[in-house]
Amino acid sequence: MTRAAAGPLAAVLVVAVAFPHVAPAYHVTLMLPFMAYGIALLGLNLLFGYTGLVSFGHALFLGIGAYTGAFLTTHSKIRSLEVILVVAMLAAAIVAAPVGALCVRYVKIYFGMLTLAFGMLFYTFVLKFYHLTGGDEGMPFVRPTLLGLPLASLSKTAYLIGPFYYYSLALLVLAAVVMWRIVHSPFGLCLRTVRDNPLKAESLGVSVPRYRWYAFLTSAVYAAAGGVLLATPTGNVDPTLAYWTHSGNLVFMTLLGGFASFFGPILGAFVFIYLQDTVMSVFPYWRLVFGVILAALVIFAPTGLAGLIARPAGSSRR
Amino acid sequence: MILEARDVRQLYGDFCALDGVSLAVEPGQVVSIIGPNGAGKSTLINVLTGLLRPTQGAVRFKGRDIRGIGPVRLAQLGLARSFQLVQIFPDLTVRETLQAAVVSRLGRGRRFLASLATDREVARDAERVAELFGLAGHLASRARTLPQGDKKLLDVASAFALRPEAILLDEPTSGVSTRDKTAVMEMLVRASRGVGIETILLVEHDMDIVFAYSDRIVALQQGRVLADTTPEGLRRNEALVAAVVGRLPGTGAFREPAP
Repeated sequence: MTRAAAGPLAAVLVVAVAFPHVAPAYHVTLMLPFMAYGIALLGLNLLFGYTGLVSFGHALFLGIGAYTGAFLTTHSKIRSLEVILVVAMLAAAIVAAPVGALCVRYVKIYFGMLTLAFGMLFYTFVLKFYHLTGGDEGMPFVRPTLLGLPLASLSKTAYLIGPFYYYSLALLVLAAVVMWRIVHSPFGLCLRTVRDNPLKAESLGVSVPRYRWYAFLTSAVYAAAGGVLLATPTGNVDPTLAYWTHSGNLVFMTLLGGFASFFGPILGAFVFIYLQDTVMSVFPYWRLVFGVILAALVIFAPTGLAGLIARPAGSSRR
Repeated sequence: MILEARDVRQLYGDFCALDGVSLAVEPGQVVSIIGPNGAGKSTLINVLTGLLRPTQGAVRFKGRDIRGIGPVRLAQLGLARSFQLVQIFPDLTVRETLQAAVVSRLGRGRRFLASLATDREVARDAERVAELFGLAGHLASRARTLPQGDKKLLDVASAFALRPEAILLDEPTSGVSTRDKTAVMEMLVRASRGVGIETILLVEHDMDIVFAYSDRIVALQQGRVLADTTPEGLRRNEALVAAVVGRLPGTGAFREPAP
């Protein structure tokens, strides 16, 4: 797969780099949430596709990322996006450590429901602790500096489709490279043994709860980074970001793209963002359309778009 | 003594599954556990593999208390097992399955940025075990696509890849045709020498296999040790054989339905 994917990947990267120069600004701004989700989904799929645990609560970690950014830029003088990212990822790890330790003791629907419950706890927290979070109005996310550059002279659009676009792209590529190494490491193999057969994995000395916990932690850290990038362009962070339907969207994107392939979830995020935009512009009830798509996916293409693309080529995932 | 159970009692409510079972396994021995269904074999296996903490009694492996320590710690200590019902990783290839065991043995499971593909030591070790089990031609096949017999071998092979000091084989020839049982056992014995496993604990229904390969036989009945003897000792005691297995070996393969 490595060699076969190298060509198309390079082409996609060239298009992505050239995109702001050739595409209208509106389409470039659509790429921003796509890349933010892409990072979050790389992490989520380590848990979902590689470890076999479906979380319905990962908006919690998107929310931690977004709120960390808003909090730091509003309540402190910190403007550096690098610092914000590091603090957000640390905060996510600190929250994910106990939450994950509890959740990974359960599997399947119980794991999903428990993650959902923690997600809702966090949602209620940001909604009700008005003084800290701004309640349902949310908090402003002041434009951060990138690599120490204030970029204050740029208009908002110029900032977003210029430096911030490339910053997001670089971060997505970095996140993908790191995740690629993780899933192809001895650690990644152990995660797959846990997914495939926990009883057998334990008999080979692989501690199932421990590896599930590692995957949970990693996915939370990725989601927080994605949350920071997701919130930056909006300039404001509110509780809808942490609502459970947002967690559902993450799972939907993963299914749409295909959890059985490395790049599937990123493809899913891309299609989701553009589809949502297109459908919303012609038809107000976009969720209705997405519901039909989700049903069709589960019935006709359980391996997602990546599975559909791979099938005609006759290549199986290696 | 490498593995020892002393006066083990296991109660399930009022039911006494093991009633004062004692068992001592010396290094280098093949010890078989036999007995009719319901004799307490499964419970004893669960106690010996650290899955079940007995109500009473001591269980030691290499002198360490292993009561209820769980399969992960036990595998790390050097006691591995295979399963009666085949356990594989369906979506992993044969190579990956064996690599996983080697990674676990070498304690490399937490290397999350290292490349598995370029780890020569892991690859070599996995390939060696595959050769011992005649699976070298299937290294790139996904486990779920293997024939049933090869799945069984892969289950056992991955436990061997841990290079444990002792291994518990839970009916390694179940589901294997009578004709092939001896060949499978020969392969297992050869492979255990190949990877340096000294001690084998065998749970087996086929008495021909038990008599041919055991140094000692422990016969269980109704939660008690009925006999702990050599194959010769058991063969001489016809009443005992009748009580435990119902018929003498050589008079047709003894078959009992799986529980």
